[in-house]
This record gives sequence, structure tokens and C-alpha cells, in this order.
Amino acid sequence: MRVEMFVFVVSGAICVAGALGVVLFRNPVHNALSLVATLFGVAVLFVAQGAYFLAAIQVIVYAGAIVVLFLFVIMLLGVDQDDDVRFEPIPGIRIAAVIVGISLLGMSLIALLSSPDVVTGAPSALAPLDPATPDVNRIGAALFTDYIYAFEITAVLLTIAVVGAVMLSRQSPEVPLDTEEFPDGTMASELAIRREETSVADSVDTDGPEPADAEIAADAAGSE
Amino acid sequence: MIVELTQTWYLVLAALIFAIGATGLVIRRNPLVMFMCVELMLNAVNLTFVSFGNMLDDVGGQVFVFFVLVVAAAEVAVGLALVVAITRRRQGATADDLSLMRG
Repeated sequence: MRVEMFVFVVSGAICVAGALGVVLFRNPVHNALSLVATLFGVAVLFVAQGAYFLAAIQVIVYAGAIVVLFLFVIMLLGVDQDDDVRFEPIPGIRIAAVIVGISLLGMSLIALLSSPDVVTGAPSALAPLDPATPDVNRIGAALFTDYIYAFEITAVLLTIAVVGAVMLSRQSPEVPLDTEEFPDGTMASELAIRREETSVADSVDTDGPEPADAEIAADAAGSE
Repeated sequence: MIVELTQTWYLVLAALIFAIGATGLVIRRNPLVMFMCVELMLNAVNLTFVSFGNMLDDVGGQVFVFFVLVVAAAEVAVGLALVVAITRRRQGATADDLSLMRG
């Protein structure tokens, strides 16, 4: 029990310190790294509670993929400059937010600590956490029997999210990202159209560039 | 004196992380950092799910963490794509600049 207490205190301190870092650091890169600390702390707490598979998923998906996505966007957009802390859109909103957060915490603590019985449900009869079987087996069995519809809908949700992300972040070929690097007439799509115009002018056919071909070229340029 | 480590401690820690995340969501104006605060809150909820699953001796809590994780990943993908699309059109996209959902 003493070891468990030690693990809980250390990883809990890491969690809280990381959470405070996410909120209080001014630089978004520091925020992202603090988030990694919190995610690792939560992963350790998962291990302490026997959710080994979830701990691995937590580290791989959250710390490995999501935070890296955050860092990519931060560095891609160059938004790693500091927030302007002095500017308050609504006067006193920070103090109000802190009061709301503390009262939220207070209400949760009152609800948790007021009675010795936090859990009011009945222990599971169908999917017990039997320590004999690995938790991967238990999660898999539950996921593909009881929760199969939720699983399928999750797959649809991921597909929609990916398509939506691609649609949102796709750059329209008319608007260059960097006008210094790509002044007028040097975009790949415009070059392709110009090349086609010259080749068409060379040939006998004077129909002009096929609009469909130009569109395809523009699409190819935009996806790069 | 050794204090007994009960499951309630995990719930208290999760409540603390959730409150910090909720406060940060209101305080910060950078959309990226606001997303990180949402991730904090989701992680607190995940911790709560695992703790309750442990208390009730049910694997359902761990399965639910799975779904929360998937939804978080989808939310981050779409949200970061939105941030990229907005930042491309105008500089300095804080939450105040984006109070209207149109151009």
C-alpha cells in the first residue's frame, strides 16, 4: 500500500503541475510539453489501476499523435509567440474564471467527500475485471459484443473527421500561402496553365486549354 | 501515520485536473491552448471512468475511455484544421477574432 501511495502522489503531482503549466505558461510550445507531462501522469495512474492497455494507448495516441499534431500546427503556423496577457476582452474575466474553477472544484469535492459511499451502482456481473484474463481480452470482448454499434459509429465518426479536416485545411489553388515566395504567376497551377497554353498554341488545335485538365492540374498543385 | 489510498483519491485528482482545465479554457485566448485545456478535461474524465470501472469491477469504464479517446482525436483533427484554415486567411486568430462564425 505504501508503494501505491507513493506512485499516486508522485504521478498526481506531475499531473497537476502539467495541468497548471498548460494553463499558465505563455508559450504554446511549453503548454504542449506540459500537456505531455499530464498525459504521462494519467497513464501511470491507469497502470496503477490495472488498465495496462489503456495506459499504452494513452501514451501512443495522446502523447505520440495528438500532442505531436499540436506541435506541428504550432510550428507550421508560427503562432508560438506569447499571448498578450494584459489584454482582457471583458474586464475581470480572469478573476471570474478562477472563482468559477475553484467553485467547480469545491462542488466536486463536496459531492465526492460528503459521503463514504461514492459509488452507488451495483458491481458488474457480466464483465468483471477478472485479474486472470488480460485486460486486452476483456476490452476486446466487450468492445465487439456489447458496444459493437458504438464501435461502428466511431469508425464513421473518424472517417467524417478525416474528410472534414482535409476539406478544411485544403488550400485553394488561387490563394498562395506565402506571397513573397510565390509572387503572381509562379504558382504551380498557373505555370501548368501557361504551359498548356503554349503547347496548345504550338499545335494546330486552337480550342484553348481544356478546362477539365486545368482543374486537375490545379487540384494536384493544391494538394502538394 | 499512513493514509489509506482509496479510489476516492483518484476521483479527487480527476476533479482537480478538470477544474484546472475548465479555468484555463476561459482564461486563455489562443485557440490551440484552448484545445489543450479541453484535452485536460477529457483526460480527467478518462481517469474518472477508469476509477469508477475499477470500483464497480466492470470493464465498461475502460471501453468508454476508448470512445472518449477516439472522439478527442477526431475533435483535435477537425479543430486544428479549422485553426489552420483561419490563420491562413488572417493573422493573429485569437478566440475574440473568431466570435462570429463567418468570414
